[in-house]
Amino acid sequence: MSKAPLLSVKNVKTHYGPVEALRGVSLDVHEGEIVALIGANGAGKSTLLMTICGDPRASEGQIVYDGNDITRTPLHRMVRLGIAQSPEGRRIFPRMSVLENLQLGAYAGDAANFEADLARVFRLFPRLAERSGQRAGTMSGGEQQMLAIGRALMSRPRLLLLDEPSLGLAPLLVAQIFATIREINRSEAVTVLLVEQNAYHALRLAHRGYVLVNGTIRLSGTGAELLANPDIQQAYLAGGKG
Amino acid sequence: MGQVKPAEAFREAALAALIALLLAIPLVGFRLVDGLRGLSIETRFDWVAWGVSAVFFGRLAIALSGTRRRLLPDLKSVGAALSNLPGGLSRFAGGAMLVGALLLPLVPFADRYVVEIAITVLIYVMLGWGLNIVVGLAGLLDLGYVAFYAVGAYSYALLSINFGWSFWLCLPVAGLLAAAFGVMLGFPVLRLRGDYLAIVTLGFGEMIRIILLNWKDFSGGPNGISSIPRPDFFGFPFARTAEDGQTTFHQLFGLEFSPMHRIVFLYYLILILAMLTNLFTLRMRRLPLGRAWEALREDEIACRALGINPTMIKLSAFALGAMFGGFAGAFFATRQGFISPESFSFIESAVILAIVVLGGMGSQIGVVIAAAFLILVPEFLRDFSQYRMVLFGMAMVLIMLWRPQGLVAHRSPSARLGGRA
Repeated sequence: MSKAPLLSVKNVKTHYGPVEALRGVSLDVHEGEIVALIGANGAGKSTLLMTICGDPRASEGQIVYDGNDITRTPLHRMVRLGIAQSPEGRRIFPRMSVLENLQLGAYAGDAANFEADLARVFRLFPRLAERSGQRAGTMSGGEQQMLAIGRALMSRPRLLLLDEPSLGLAPLLVAQIFATIREINRSEAVTVLLVEQNAYHALRLAHRGYVLVNGTIRLSGTGAELLANPDIQQAYLAGGKG
Repeated sequence: MGQVKPAEAFREAALAALIALLLAIPLVGFRLVDGLRGLSIETRFDWVAWGVSAVFFGRLAIALSGTRRRLLPDLKSVGAALSNLPGGLSRFAGGAMLVGALLLPLVPFADRYVVEIAITVLIYVMLGWGLNIVVGLAGLLDLGYVAFYAVGAYSYALLSINFGWSFWLCLPVAGLLAAAFGVMLGFPVLRLRGDYLAIVTLGFGEMIRIILLNWKDFSGGPNGISSIPRPDFFGFPFARTAEDGQTTFHQLFGLEFSPMHRIVFLYYLILILAMLTNLFTLRMRRLPLGRAWEALREDEIACRALGINPTMIKLSAFALGAMFGGFAGAFFATRQGFISPESFSFIESAVILAIVVLGGMGSQIGVVIAAAFLILVPEFLRDFSQYRMVLFGMAMVLIMLWRPQGLVAHRSPSARLGGRA
């Protein structure tokens, strides 16, 4: 790769009090890629995603986005830099309508783009257009996940961080959500960093992947390489292709 | 619901009676009597016995008849129907209330007493709407709202007495000063939520009151401030006879002098101020800032992830909520003509908060209904003299059992596809 990566995490350590959750993680995400970060429960996947966003802050190491050090940038500034996230547990606003959720996604953006961005999200997730007036908390898990991703897209991000988009969804819906993520990456030219427990789907979707074990990167490679790796098959894919 | 076993019903009744006994002994069982030889304690255990046995047999009857669980759901469905009013119908109810309020001073039975009570209700409606911004929309539990009411009242009183400023000049100043105090309170509590925030705001409210109580040179201390200028009609005073060079209101319009003129004027003034508060909040809900208030109430972390800076959102909610408290305070001062720290005690904050919670957090029309209830019911219960507050408390408990989410829990979205206002 000749161009500098869009996002570069360099030897980052994160502590929760005395507990070291990340023990020196390095990874790169290049413009236009889908990168999957897989690992077991408690490996530190979500912590890494949150550390990139600045909450919790990295206790060591450096995070560089588009040539700028963002290690100390507070969470609420990230959107203006072009980094949007669909946080762990979706965190939609349950008592507010779907449309209001999407409007809040556009909070930091230019109001002039609102109509176009809304049309774009509704094209990707026609379901959200049907439900625009409904209270978000009354929708199904899959629809809430669509809303969480759609809300993140409303800020026109260059880099989209997704935390476990498949969590708690039926297999058919998982396939649908992942197809949409691919669509977002291809036709909307959004770079995606994805955290997943569902290693099979994530690695099939991703250009490249990293395997996180106990707060360190154990393996990395292209999605196909990792899928073919016997260790990965044993550790993360043994339970079938769900 | 199946048949209740007598033994179970008996146990339930015994438990209820025990609780009643524990409460009744200190509350009813002893009485301080101011006799010839000073204070003495008299016991009234017969009252306790009557009360406890009433609770026991009442509870037993309810448990045995098995109606206990059926009674509440029935009431609940009525409430659900109330709160699920479609947007159009609730807007119609709001419009009808406004028309009723506009016509109130003109109807025949609206004597001085009725209009005075209506003014009081409207003050609390306005305070409820103001606090609704902070508690209902932004979700910041504020137990010291009365502080801003006090700031507004003292601003008007001091500025008009010391500098001769008119009400219309003082009104915005009172609002701005209250907003400044709102920001002052907001800064130290930015990181706090829920119970912790409630404690700090409670302390803040008391601080303002105690400062007003003790800073005699500034605020008159416990004596308060009296002969605060009454409002005039844009320069024309409501007086029987004009001072030299002045025209009074009744001369201006060629009317017979009546003390009702000023009261009706005050009524419309507070109606306009309250409606301004309402329209402001309704408008804010459709703007990004207002929407961010509600989002902050729902989930602060998600807000930050969307690029919403919680600091600005919280401070703006505190400042704007406080501003309307300040306006209401200035009105209170000019209406009463006399203010003292006694008018701004914690119980006022509690009543305003109760209006917001009872109305259904965030509901504008709920605030109106709750304010009317909380002010009017104690008025109607005056005939029951010393049992007034007991009945009032019972009514509040019943309502919260019946509708724990408040009278009007329905939240209508601030935007619709296509027809966004």
